[in-house]
Amino acid sequence: MKRVGLSGNYAVAYAAKMADVDLIAAYPITPQTPIVEKLSEFVANGELEAEYINVESEHSALSACVGASLTGARVFTATSSQGLAYMHEVLFMASGLRTPIVMANVNRALSTPLNIWNDHSDAMAERDSGWIQLWVTSAQEAFDATLEAFKIAEEVLLPVMVNLDGFILSHTYEPVVLPDESLVREFVPPKPMLNRVSPKFAYSIGVVGPPEIYYEMKYQVVDAIENSRHKIKEIDKEFGNKFGREYKFVNEYMMEDADYALVTMGALTGTAKVVVNALRKEGEKVGVVSIRCFRPFPKEDLVALLEGVKGVGVMDRAVMPGGPSNPLFADIATALYGSSRRPLLQNFVAGLGGRDVSVEEFKAMFGLVKDVVREGRPRSCIYVGLRE
Amino acid sequence: MRKLKGWKEIPIGAMIVEPGSSVEFEVSSWRTFKPVFDKKKCTKCGMCWIFCPEGAINLNKDGTYDVNLSFCKGCGICQRACAVKAITMVKEG
Repeated sequence: MKRVGLSGNYAVAYAAKMADVDLIAAYPITPQTPIVEKLSEFVANGELEAEYINVESEHSALSACVGASLTGARVFTATSSQGLAYMHEVLFMASGLRTPIVMANVNRALSTPLNIWNDHSDAMAERDSGWIQLWVTSAQEAFDATLEAFKIAEEVLLPVMVNLDGFILSHTYEPVVLPDESLVREFVPPKPMLNRVSPKFAYSIGVVGPPEIYYEMKYQVVDAIENSRHKIKEIDKEFGNKFGREYKFVNEYMMEDADYALVTMGALTGTAKVVVNALRKEGEKVGVVSIRCFRPFPKEDLVALLEGVKGVGVMDRAVMPGGPSNPLFADIATALYGSSRRPLLQNFVAGLGGRDVSVEEFKAMFGLVKDVVREGRPRSCIYVGLRE
Repeated sequence: MRKLKGWKEIPIGAMIVEPGSSVEFEVSSWRTFKPVFDKKKCTKCGMCWIFCPEGAINLNKDGTYDVNLSFCKGCGICQRACAVKAITMVKEG
């Protein structure tokens, strides 16, 4: 075990290296590029024995991963924004073919206008592709989630996307504890996977599924991701026992007696916690819930945490134009629909295209949640920091 | 009609693990025209058998050819391939 200074991107690269991946498909895109750069360094200097493919696009990167994964190889790729969008159709094939691919997605806004900065619109647009989605809030978490992702993917035979906020996490250096490689190998041992292509076992893949069979085949993915919950929990626990850090589906902060809460995802959770500390000093009963596992969605955990709270603000960092709300809010409202003790929910949008969300703005959001509880009904979505 | 499998019975990952499963897949309902073979005109050249994209043409014991209507989609390629016009496409009733 050693403590080193690493960027979020390098933390992911170290995790993929320690998991001893067999194949890396690499196509550069800001702000993800340092991940595949670091991995190419590991391969070039002999620290990692892996097939490193320079592909001509993200569509090809993920296609190469699908093919290699079907032979039983442990595969890794990374992307951002337009790259993830370009992978769109292959994302659904990866889950349908049940390939345990691990991919880091360094969150970045989608064009137009072209923007290389951070928000969550790229991953939200691929929400329904059948991938497990983990979201992290620090470089250490980025390392840990990537390791867990390999084990989860191979146990449930579904692809896993590890989301880390562009620049805020990807390019910020933080202290990261790197475990001994031998311990990591124990946690993610080489795993012979079921039903993979080999000379001994031939089968047809990429088949046509006419109306008589498509529905049943699609439902298998629905069932697999629904039932991945207990496996993800089990693996997280095992990770905790081995490495001393455990994350659960949602991360709660000061929620025991909270009357008002904010739900966040990703790196800005840190700012929200700082604001909670300040407001607590002023006597306000406030807390933060950050979602770590977005797919499968942690319905039960969220209901248990939010039932009985008076008001909850949901901060979306992506928009759903023309929709009834924005994506994270929609999921949380749906999860709480059946509860008779559900809190009043207020939707916020903040931090699009890398716009800073300040401490003052977080304070204002908590204040607004309190206001809507006093008024007795939520307002339509509030766009924080938007100039008129 | 054969019983279709439920989602729990199907191999995961949209795989076909048994070779030759297309034999189980009837396409007769796709057809508008069906080929009718005139054995008297047939010269046993086998061009219909070669050209059929579905492998739906059967070789008879006497060397002439016939069609398995379970797998014939009615494309008419056999009729075009037959040099002696022994095959006629007849509209399904």
